Amino acid sequence: MKYLRFLLPLGIFLGLVVFLAAGLKLDPKEVPSPLIDKPAPGFALTRLDNPAQTIRRDDLLGKVWMLNVWASWCGACREEHPLLVEFSRKKMLPIYGLNYKDERVPGLKWLANFGNPYDASLFDQDGRVGIDWGVYGVPETFIIDRQGVVRFKHIGPLTPDVIHTRIEPLLRQLNG
Amino acid sequence: MARLFFLLCLTLLAPLVQAREAAPAADDPALEARMLRIASELRCLVCQNQTIADSHAGLAVDLRNQVREMLQNGQSESQIIDYMTARYGDFVLYRPPLKTSTVLLWAGPGVMLLGGLGGLILVLRRRSRMPAEHFDPDAPEAAQDPHLS
Repeated sequence: MKYLRFLLPLGIFLGLVVFLAAGLKLDPKEVPSPLIDKPAPGFALTRLDNPAQTIRRDDLLGKVWMLNVWASWCGACREEHPLLVEFSRKKMLPIYGLNYKDERVPGLKWLANFGNPYDASLFDQDGRVGIDWGVYGVPETFIIDRQGVVRFKHIGPLTPDVIHTRIEPLLRQLNG
Repeated sequence: MARLFFLLCLTLLAPLVQAREAAPAADDPALEARMLRIASELRCLVCQNQTIADSHAGLAVDLRNQVREMLQNGQSESQIIDYMTARYGDFVLYRPPLKTSTVLLWAGPGVMLLGGLGGLILVLRRRSRMPAEHFDPDAPEAAQDPHLS
């Protein structure tokens, strides 16, 4: 009882420190996606390099694939790009780009300048498909399984760490 | 004097000009009002402390258009809210729903208020039972009561 009046405030203070320290580690920009383990939203978009050819969600059923949201106006995409190009050389899975709220000419020029890791880029000029996928910060990366279910989402530029610790194990699991 | 008056007029006009900028051109003011009311319930994910009604971010503009379009198609407010939470999660709602994962969020302030009130009542009751000498500022505390301190 004698020590309680000292220990109690100290205890409350330490509790507060623990909460605040945990809060520092949380990133408010990382909003959990409600799409995880849900069917991927449908789309029918033309290829960036060929307005005559349409790609639909259901065309991609039966394979594990990656959707990477990018735009020529997006600075963080450029930062991520060399890593994505390097990853695409491993041919672990087809990578589709979602060219988000962009124009064809600057988009194609961007790919010509910095390399094209994509099997195809889908041209989402008005950002409608982006909204359906819950995109809010370009770049974003999704992995979709054979049944067309979204299994993984990463917001912001990919890092070597994310690829090694999250994406590659997931691919082994999905393809295994 | 005339110049001062002119400046004063400009100052008074400034908020009007801003108000005009915020309200997009729409044919139907009632629909626009409904759209803005729904938009002010939704968080802009690009600039997280603004609603999509306040924000100038590209995504917020797109989402306002989306809400407007859905209203024009006769969809209800709850259908629109469902549409947004299906894509962006409960995080877009400025008033998150009461679920098991949000109980602490909703009940927390009330629990803390009750805890504080309870503590205050305990202290006050204990003090009311103390003899008057305890509150004598001149008396050294140790000499008063060996059980205390």
